[in-house]
Amino acid sequence: MDYAAVDYFFIYFSVFITSQAFCLNILWNTRGLRSQLKDSVPVTGLCPQAGPYGVQDSLRRGFSSVKNELLPSHPLELSEKNFQLNQDKMNFNTLRNIQGLHAPLKLQMEYRAARQIQRLPFLPSSNLALDTLRGTDDTIGFEDILNDPVLSEVMGDPHIMTEYKLGVL
Amino acid sequence: SRASRKRECRIMATVSVCQYHRGGFSFENCKRNALLEADINKLGFSSPAARKTGTTICGVVYKDGVVLGADTRATEGMVVADKNCSKIHYISPNVYCCGAGTAADTEMTTQIISSNLELHSLSTGRLPRVATANRMLKQMLFRYQGYIGAALVLGGVDCTGPHLYSIYPHGSTDKLPYVTMGSGSLAAMAVFEDRYRPNMEEEEAKRLVRDAIAAGIFNDLGSGSNIDLCVITKGKVDYLRPHDVANKKGVRTGNYRYKHGTTGVLAKTVTPLNLEVVEENVQTMDTS
Repeated sequence: MDYAAVDYFFIYFSVFITSQAFCLNILWNTRGLRSQLKDSVPVTGLCPQAGPYGVQDSLRRGFSSVKNELLPSHPLELSEKNFQLNQDKMNFNTLRNIQGLHAPLKLQMEYRAARQIQRLPFLPSSNLALDTLRGTDDTIGFEDILNDPVLSEVMGDPHIMTEYKLGVL
Repeated sequence: SRASRKRECRIMATVSVCQYHRGGFSFENCKRNALLEADINKLGFSSPAARKTGTTICGVVYKDGVVLGADTRATEGMVVADKNCSKIHYISPNVYCCGAGTAADTEMTTQIISSNLELHSLSTGRLPRVATANRMLKQMLFRYQGYIGAALVLGGVDCTGPHLYSIYPHGSTDKLPYVTMGSGSLAAMAVFEDRYRPNMEEEEAKRLVRDAIAAGIFNDLGSGSNIDLCVITKGKVDYLRPHDVANKKGVRTGNYRYKHGTTGVLAKTVTPLNLEVVEENVQTMDTS
C-alpha cells in the first residue's frame, strides 16, 4: 500500500479537518499492529549511493568499501533512521481502518503542505506546522538533546545542498 | 512515480552531505569502535566499563500508598565509583522511580520521561498518572531494543490509587504489589516473600523495605552504603535520604604521628641569609 503513489487526493483542498482529533488518535496508537508493518525497514539505505553515472561519487561521499555498505554498523541504525517514517505508516494504517480511506488521505495532504514550509536547505527549519500535526511539539526525545544540529560545529556546503534540493546535482 | 522515487532518495541519503542532519543517536563511530575493541582485546587489555548501579531497589504497596527503597552504591567494574549516589529519581510530584543498570541510562531516561510527563500534564491540566509514565517508559525502552540498560521500579499515587510497576531494559513491565530489581533483587525478594502481607501500615511497610534493602546490601557485592527510602501517599511525599546508614565507615583507633619532643635536641646554630636587591623591573599586563 503505497500512499505516495496515489495522486488523486490533490483535488481535496479542504483545510477544515479537525486535525486535533486525528492527532489524539495517532498519539495513543499503542497496539503495535505488527501484522500491518510489512517490511518497513529498507535495507537499500546502506547501498552505495549511485550518482548520475551509476558509480559512487568519491569526491562528495568519500571512498566506499563493500564491508561498510553490506551491513549496518549497529543493529539499531536502520530502525532509528526509519523510525518516524514507520510510525507515520502505522498510524495512517490504523486511521484508515478506523475512519476510512479519506482520513489518511486528507491528513497526508496536510503533511505535504506542512513539509513545504522550510527555510533554505542548509539552514535549520523549525518545522513547527509539521510538529503540530504529528503531535511532537510537546514531547522531548533524544533527537532534541543529543547531537542537536543547531549546536553542530560544521555547516553543510550551501551550494551542494541547494543543488541537491533543486535536483540539479 | 517520480515523486515517490525522489522521496525514497531523500530517505536513503539522510546521512550524506546533501541533507540537513537530524539530531539523536549517531552511529558513525560504531565500526571504528568495534575494530578498536578487537585490537585492544588482542593485546590483552579491556575497554573501560560503564558505571553501573549494581544495585538493590525495591518497592511495596501498602494501605495508603507506596514505599520505594534503594541502596546508594555505584560501581565501575569491580570498583566502587560512588559511595552515596541517589537512585530514587523524581518523575512528577506524585511519581518517583528507582533505577538500576547503567547509571547514565537510568538518569537520562527518567529525566526525559519526567519532562514529557510535565508537558503532558500541562496539556491535560491534571495530575499525571503512574500508568502514563509506565507507558512512556516502556515504549521508549522497547524502541531501543534493550540497548538502553535501565531497569526501573516506578511507583506513585494518583487519582486511581497507589500503583507500582517494574520495567525491564527491553521494555516489558509488570504491575505488582511488591517488586525488586538489580543485582541484589534476589536477596530483597526473599525478605518480601517471607514478610509481605496486603494493606500494611506505614511503619511496617518502611521496616519491610529497609530490611529488604539491608539484605541486598549485606549479601550482594554490587550493593552497599546507605538505605534511601521514599514514601509516597496521596498529597505527600517523604524522601528519606538517608533513612538508615547501614554501613558506617570505621574510626581510626591509632595514630602514627609523633609528639613534639620525641626526639631530643642536642645543639642548635642559626645562620641568617642576607639577600640584597640587585635589579627591579615592572612589567604591566596587557589587559586590553
